Amino acid sequence: MFSEFKFKNLGLRTKRAKMGKSAKREALWGLAFISPWIIGFFLWTFGPMVASLIFSFTDFNLLHRDEMQWIGLQNFRHFFSDPLVWQAIKVSLIFAAIALPISVIQPIVMAALLNDDRLWARRMFTTLFYMPAVVPFVSAVYVWSGIMNTQTGWFNRGLAAIGIPGPDWLGSQAWIYPSLVMIGLWGVGNMMLMTLATMQGVPTELYDAAKVDGASHFKQFYHVTLPMITPVIFYNLVLTTIGIVQYFLVPFVLKGPNGDPGNATWFYGMYLYKEAFSYSNMGYASTMAWMLFLFVLVFTIILFATQKYWVYYAGMED
Amino acid sequence: MDKKNDNKYATSFMRKEMLAFLGKISYSLIALAILVVFLSPLAYMVTTSLKTRDMIAQADSPILPMEAAVYEYEGKEVPILKVPDENGNTTSLAIIKKGREESIFIDPENPENGEITWEGRWRVLEPVREFSPQWDNYSYAWNQLNMPRLIRNTLIIAFFGMIGTLVSCTFVAYGFSRFRIPGKEALFLLLIATIMLPAFVTIVPTYILFAKLGWTGTFLPLIVPHFFANAYNVFLLRQFFMSIPKALDEAAMIDGAGPMQRLIYIILPQSVPVLVAVGVFHFIWAWNDFFGPLLYLSTKTELLPIAIGIQRFNAQFSARPHLVQASAFWGMILPLILFFLAQKVFMKGIVFTGVEK
Repeated sequence: MFSEFKFKNLGLRTKRAKMGKSAKREALWGLAFISPWIIGFFLWTFGPMVASLIFSFTDFNLLHRDEMQWIGLQNFRHFFSDPLVWQAIKVSLIFAAIALPISVIQPIVMAALLNDDRLWARRMFTTLFYMPAVVPFVSAVYVWSGIMNTQTGWFNRGLAAIGIPGPDWLGSQAWIYPSLVMIGLWGVGNMMLMTLATMQGVPTELYDAAKVDGASHFKQFYHVTLPMITPVIFYNLVLTTIGIVQYFLVPFVLKGPNGDPGNATWFYGMYLYKEAFSYSNMGYASTMAWMLFLFVLVFTIILFATQKYWVYYAGMED
Repeated sequence: MDKKNDNKYATSFMRKEMLAFLGKISYSLIALAILVVFLSPLAYMVTTSLKTRDMIAQADSPILPMEAAVYEYEGKEVPILKVPDENGNTTSLAIIKKGREESIFIDPENPENGEITWEGRWRVLEPVREFSPQWDNYSYAWNQLNMPRLIRNTLIIAFFGMIGTLVSCTFVAYGFSRFRIPGKEALFLLLIATIMLPAFVTIVPTYILFAKLGWTGTFLPLIVPHFFANAYNVFLLRQFFMSIPKALDEAAMIDGAGPMQRLIYIILPQSVPVLVAVGVFHFIWAWNDFFGPLLYLSTKTELLPIAIGIQRFNAQFSARPHLVQASAFWGMILPLILFFLAQKVFMKGIVFTGVEK
């Protein structure tokens, strides 16, 4: 036995030694091919992150480059006592409270609608439901702001026709959030397609078995479809959260950079953008960026940790 | 007995068929209704863009661009109204003399019939409206936007970025799918993890770098980074390359083909659809990109791409909704056309990036 073990070991070693040259060549070729990304990673991701961390301990201002000074943790101290940061967090949380559930549910509902065999011309429906996702967001913002215009928009004219005075969709501090979420409804396309594809990949045996057990349409969806699409839901949840924490372009185009109405669109991204590119306060902006990164990091770690309780990966359980 | 039973089965079968058919009809109609609501903002855009300012401002104006009809009478434009006669029929007549209790009309279709006197208050009469789309709004918005310049700038940015993304992502995906590299799994995981990194985290030093290089106010910051691959497209291409049988490149290898030749002669010819998908993704992404040009081109009006151009236009014309909507149309029409042309590979590509997370 012992000798056999040795022999095996030896065999492995000779094999390695033999393959050494060609394996090395292969690895070198492979590295050469992936080098654009590796260089890019250091150039556009790792390098900037380190630089950003260094800047966050300085008062670096792009307009007064030469006066840059180390200020230690001052930016971080300021961050936690900055009322504008807390306002931004509040705004982002309110928005997330509406946007997150809708971004999770909407693609599932639409994919379920498209996945039903009672639907005729399924391909046409899928294409048309997907279509708004390729509409540039700037155009979408202006179309939606037109339809939500208090006087001439279809929303309020429709409401007036049935005797309800319509709200000021874009001018009121309360209504702006649902309005922003509505503008976002058009962006569902990609998640809808992925969800649909996953639904179509659910083995039909599972549905047959459920039918034999007398499960209704709804029960089949709840007990078969839903668990099978949890990986897509998870993926969507991660990406949507990251989208929300840096959300600001839609309110920026819609209402300008000042957080109107009131401070209702003072999103974290808006503040960061202004701090960095209106005031050139790169030091503090870097602090804000790193705090955002830490938040996303912690949040995704937590989210990934919850995976084992609710995300089902086919063929992954032991 | 047998026959009777047969009949019974036949009818129950037919009834089931009928029910299934009705179920399909009603389900598809509901889906259609949802689709119409979902896309209705586009209808708002088109109808509004064809109106005049007055048509939009009227409180009870129709949805379509309708204008009060007029008739030219003795060198003056007079309104045409719906006039009822004693039988309850209405005719469209032009009012030429307005009176409190009776007015004089003329039939615009047959003016030779002379003046018609009608008793009643003309103010209660409804005006005749006719469909009059204002196509000029589109050419006006096109010119004011300076669309040829916006399209040119956007196409330059999109085209060179597309080349960069196609070349770099192909290489990287090929490397990840066909070569044994020590630590490959960890590297690939790192690549995928960059999807989760908020762009804001790196934007400040990147901006400073481009500013130091003197690249602000040029297209370069919007093009050069695309030559270093990105996670989405590498993932998509890698997935696709892995679905191409390895036996093909092994055979080529035996024939003495090097890694580069295998990529060019074996992998690429089979990957045309997915390369088209990546190209179209990039084009639509670049057309939509607002943040990059906002940072790097804001001061250079003559280099602005479409997204910023439309925003600037709207800051100027926000009080004229018909022009706002016409500009929104110009902003979306090219990506929409491209999407419908490449619809099949495009949607397949999206699905591909989604599989196995």
